[in-house]
Amino acid sequence: MQTGTRRTPWMAVPVAILLATSPAFSGEGDPLKGEKAFKACKACHKVGAGARNGVGPHLDGLFGRAAGSLKGFKYSKAMLAHGEDGLVWDEAALDAYIADPRVMIPGTRMSFRGMEDEATRADLIAYLKQASVHNPVENPSAEAPLRAEMGAAALAIEGDRDYGAYLATECVTCHQITGQTNGIPSIVGWPKPDFVRALFEYKTNVREHQVMKLMTVNLGNEEIAALAEYFSSLDPQ
Amino acid sequence: MPKLTRRAFGLVAGAAAANLAMPAYLRAQGKPRAVVVGGGAGGATAARYMAKDAGDELDVTLIEANPKYTTCFFSNLYLGDFRTFDSITHGYNTLQSNYGITLVNGFAEAIDRDANEVVMADGPRVPYDRLLVSPGIDFIWDSVPGYSEEASEIMPHSWKGGAQTKLLKSKLDAVEDGQQIVMVAPPNPFRCPPGPYERVSMFAHVLKAKGHTDSRIVIIDPKPTFSKQGLFEEGWEKHYPGMVEWYGPDVHGGIVGVDPSTGEVETDLDTFQGDLVNVIPAQKAGNIAHVAGLANETGFCPIDPHSMRSKMDDNIFVVGDACIPGDMPKSAFSANSQAKVAAMAIRGDLVGSRVFPAKYSNTCWSLIETDDGVKVGAQYVGTDEKISSTSKFISQTGEDAGTRKATYEESLGWYSGITSDIFGV
Repeated sequence: MQTGTRRTPWMAVPVAILLATSPAFSGEGDPLKGEKAFKACKACHKVGAGARNGVGPHLDGLFGRAAGSLKGFKYSKAMLAHGEDGLVWDEAALDAYIADPRVMIPGTRMSFRGMEDEATRADLIAYLKQASVHNPVENPSAEAPLRAEMGAAALAIEGDRDYGAYLATECVTCHQITGQTNGIPSIVGWPKPDFVRALFEYKTNVREHQVMKLMTVNLGNEEIAALAEYFSSLDPQ
Repeated sequence: MPKLTRRAFGLVAGAAAANLAMPAYLRAQGKPRAVVVGGGAGGATAARYMAKDAGDELDVTLIEANPKYTTCFFSNLYLGDFRTFDSITHGYNTLQSNYGITLVNGFAEAIDRDANEVVMADGPRVPYDRLLVSPGIDFIWDSVPGYSEEASEIMPHSWKGGAQTKLLKSKLDAVEDGQQIVMVAPPNPFRCPPGPYERVSMFAHVLKAKGHTDSRIVIIDPKPTFSKQGLFEEGWEKHYPGMVEWYGPDVHGGIVGVDPSTGEVETDLDTFQGDLVNVIPAQKAGNIAHVAGLANETGFCPIDPHSMRSKMDDNIFVVGDACIPGDMPKSAFSANSQAKVAAMAIRGDLVGSRVFPAKYSNTCWSLIETDDGVKVGAQYVGTDEKISSTSKFISQTGEDAGTRKATYEESLGWYSGITSDIFGV
């Protein structure tokens, strides 16, 4: 382990979690139930034929993949460090991570509180084992082709990064510029289409959140494009 | 870099030594100078954004009297045992080391507006091309007859972070079952509109946790209504039945005065006896704003809503609790938001960077009881008349426990976010 970093050695934590929360991880989950449980993940993670990176990395070929190893995806430093230390995604590691992401990998950008129920985690992992067998597409970080959907007009505009940097001063009061997530999601390094769609979903109440509704309600396409341009250009620290 | 001869090295070292002997704020040469008075949510944010965004083009100096800053926001959570004092106290090291801001640790006494210089209490003058003033509040001590700065050692206001926060905490922890706390709430406009009522919630939380449910908390309020009133009253009834009593002016008829020697709060209706009395007096802009002639008859500083520029002096900007913020409340969130608009305008003035239309926002979270958080927020734009609200929201009464818990957790994320936005990363 490198010196001078504050992260927890990953080996220690999964073992502790496994002992504490899932002493008998069986892996015998129900993939059909697991597909339902995946609803909690799929706003950010795609899996299956043609899956691409979005807010989170795609999950094709997940099992046996080293943590933080997908080229072109902007991982947190914490995730990259765990990968360098040898963390490879298998059932047990995934189970521990899903149970409490921020305990296993402090500093992860994944804004997910954790899935307490052991059986649900087993179902989810069973589903992922089936669904992730596809080979990733050639360039999963390439932006998906434009569709005539919410936000397409904003996405078609070339955002003014300087304007975005100014508008973003309003966002970074809560969403930290470093990508740290102490209870409020990280938004740095999101691909533009995901960023634009998320803002439109808050603006139109598809996603419900009082503060985000407030922050997005007066944003026009110009502003949304500028913000997407700015945040997609940032790297997590 | 050319190799230095021993002699040349001696010359360079000598120059460096002479340079170090000079006060840091006199060292800058050639670059335009932005100076900030007050290292709180407004001032420190503005200094950081100017230094970060203008890089080497601008010389940024921050003048602050205290070596460390204890945030008034979240101090109620310290009173309620949800946070440590250390966790709400922040230093200025990062602003100096990571952003190149020159910190002057001293008290700014006056502004020589003809010479464009800040006058320090110990004598030196700090020259500026543009000055941002963010001095927060001072108290109108005699707004509550019988109250004074000396009396605040007995009846703490605790409306500025620091020693007063600790004083109130020690007095709160000494309250025994059956004893009474009296709060004298402030009149509008004041810092942190939901603050007094969140504080009462934290008083009740601490008492209830110790089983002191025979204690009472009485609020004597000069205002007929208060921020998030429905939410607080619902929460008090739910979590602290019979422990909190709020009296508006139509009930108490007017505050006659307080007596620190007896712990009495006299109103037209009755005299209330407090084993702990928390008096939050009326407020005005921090002293330097008055000395410098930046405030008007309201006690606060009028500004241009498009830029936060003082209406009294084109070279000066005022942000935070000291300004007249139109529809915005006086809060750390507001100060942080205003500071970013002002920082952009100052950079525009001094280094010609782009200036976009002003946009402001605020959200105030309050904790009523463990995991029972509520919030209120709004967005604003500058109009010719004032900073004007464009949209707003507030938590609803009767929300489910999950929503309230998520709101509280969001407030923790906000604190972490805003303090790194103010004091640097």
